[in-house]
Amino acid sequence: MLEKALKGNVGYWAWILCLLGIMGVGVICYAVQFNYGLGATGMSRDVTWGIYISQFTFLVGVAAGGLMLVLPYYLHHYKDFGRITILGEFMAIAAVAMCLLFIMADLGQPMRALNVVFHPTPNSMLFYDMIVLNGYLFLNVVCGWVVLHSEYKGIKYPNWVKPLIYLSIPWAVSIHTVTAFLYCGLPGRHFWLTAILAPRFLASAFAAGPALLMVIALIMKQTTKFNVGRVAQDKLVTIIGYAAILNFFFLGCEIFVAYYSQIPGHMHTLDYLFFGLTDHATGEVYNNLVPFMRASVIMGFAGIALLFFSRSQKSDSMLAISCILIFVSFWIDKGLGLVLGGFVPNGMEQITEYIPTGIEIGVTAGIWATGFFIITVLYKIAISVKLENEKTA
Amino acid sequence: MDNSRRKFLKIAGISAVATVGAPAALNLLTGNAHASSGHGAPQAAAPAAHGAPAAHGEAPTGKRYGMVIDARKFHANPGLAEKCIEACHTNYNVPDFGNKKDEIKWLWKMPFANAFPEHSHYKKDHTVHSMDFLVTCNHCDKPPCVRACPTKATFKNKDGIVMMDFHRCIGCRFCMAACPYGARSFNWRDPRGSENGVPFIKKLNHDFPTRMRGVVEKCSFCALRLAEGKLPLCVEATGDTGAMFFGDLNDPHSDVSKVLQSKFTIQRKPALGTTPSVFYII
Repeated sequence: MLEKALKGNVGYWAWILCLLGIMGVGVICYAVQFNYGLGATGMSRDVTWGIYISQFTFLVGVAAGGLMLVLPYYLHHYKDFGRITILGEFMAIAAVAMCLLFIMADLGQPMRALNVVFHPTPNSMLFYDMIVLNGYLFLNVVCGWVVLHSEYKGIKYPNWVKPLIYLSIPWAVSIHTVTAFLYCGLPGRHFWLTAILAPRFLASAFAAGPALLMVIALIMKQTTKFNVGRVAQDKLVTIIGYAAILNFFFLGCEIFVAYYSQIPGHMHTLDYLFFGLTDHATGEVYNNLVPFMRASVIMGFAGIALLFFSRSQKSDSMLAISCILIFVSFWIDKGLGLVLGGFVPNGMEQITEYIPTGIEIGVTAGIWATGFFIITVLYKIAISVKLENEKTA
Repeated sequence: MDNSRRKFLKIAGISAVATVGAPAALNLLTGNAHASSGHGAPQAAAPAAHGAPAAHGEAPTGKRYGMVIDARKFHANPGLAEKCIEACHTNYNVPDFGNKKDEIKWLWKMPFANAFPEHSHYKKDHTVHSMDFLVTCNHCDKPPCVRACPTKATFKNKDGIVMMDFHRCIGCRFCMAACPYGARSFNWRDPRGSENGVPFIKKLNHDFPTRMRGVVEKCSFCALRLAEGKLPLCVEATGDTGAMFFGDLNDPHSDVSKVLQSKFTIQRKPALGTTPSVFYII
């Protein structure tokens, strides 16, 4: 089946080469970081996690978002998702692969990473995160590959994968829940210490994951003969739309609790993210994330409105734009604000801002390129098999 | 009938295992197995209101080292705090990178508002505002860093000291996110290196290992010195000023216990339930 990825037109190869180029840059940047230490990044004693861990957090969501395609098809026999379920599973594979790479990039001693396995520590949430992420990767590789291979052979998939497919559904919820628990179980980090962190993560995941898939599906509709179909598209709009609305509802709950209770610790980070935080000792205002966070909210609401409007207009271009808006909005929210904001102010109410370095951005771009490389190759295989089958059928 | 009896026994068996196993699993999860010295009394025995300082349990057993810092004495003896920091940082080969971003510190000074952010600093007297407070790892009885560490590279000793294994640490910095006191530092770059010919460790002490790049470090309450019957270096540096007391909090006759019984002291962020072992006289 892999040979399908080796046949493509000029556009396909140009895209692959472009990704390989960015991956190369990432490798060079990582080599610099590996030799110098994590001091090559913008992280500091006060902001100890930067864009690596925030990308990781966001991408766990993208991976979990695959659930929204698998669940209707396998659990509710929603036949119209038959063509895209495999895309959800393959997107999850790429997203989890990126997560694992981001964690590795963030470790001070990456050569010791297996200590997490050699010295298992059940009181650490990172221990469970290791289990659920690798387990989810395994489940999606097995389920996705076996189901597609059966399709390739023109037979029904073997019965033994059924339990694994069913298992992958709650497992998807678990990866983002455990990832939220990394943050929301820490005393003294008020911004993260909220019981709705896991639900918030899941809501944004169930919007951002399918939104990314929708954009890719629309691109494939233009560049290949593969069409997910109007019915599936409209259903996805419903899923993305409601999940995105839920996300903002949860954000609203956070804002209410913080500002109505007027407890300083609960307001500080929200102040920092949306309005800027003043250091009372020096009078300096820190606000480098404010434009991003405000843009995130505007893009999110605009995206939701446009999303439903595009459906009534049956406009693919509008749909693509709305999904991009929602995806970028949630990327800013989870992939920047949530992790970076949690460190501002620090536990001593001192403010240190974080700005990623070029090296850090290079590594980050390289890992994203790796993810898109995996998606491209897997999707190429998947749609080649699907199109071939439809031709012979 | 046989079938239903088997079913019943099965369910009964599973429920029995669950009843016995669930609390144990929960204990494991909250890290109680690791935090059991001194104040590791059952949590249920001391239900504290939300936001109220967590009550310390009853009937301590075993050692639990702790420290009292008399901020007034430090205020009265200018330069004393620096002497303590110097004694600590030179002995433990703590590097100086000359910038805030890469900074590593085991013991340092902070104003009242930063050391005790949850205490009101509104209309406090001038002395308190001009005082600097020595801060370090609190060697909490319920350390969140130990709970967070995925490799047991940071762990709690039987004597209550929260220790670091520099050779096991993978540098994930989860402990730094978990510590509410900013007590932990990370080796962002190679501490054994130098810049423009100036080594980061000014004078190397061969009796204590330097660290490598990419691991976390912090105050150890001078655990190795305690084993030799000596006081921590910072306490020793205060001489007979009475600015610092050190000893076993669980021994009612220790210096530190006597001070705690006779003076009003506060801890940093008691409401978080970490139960710090460092106390302050203001």
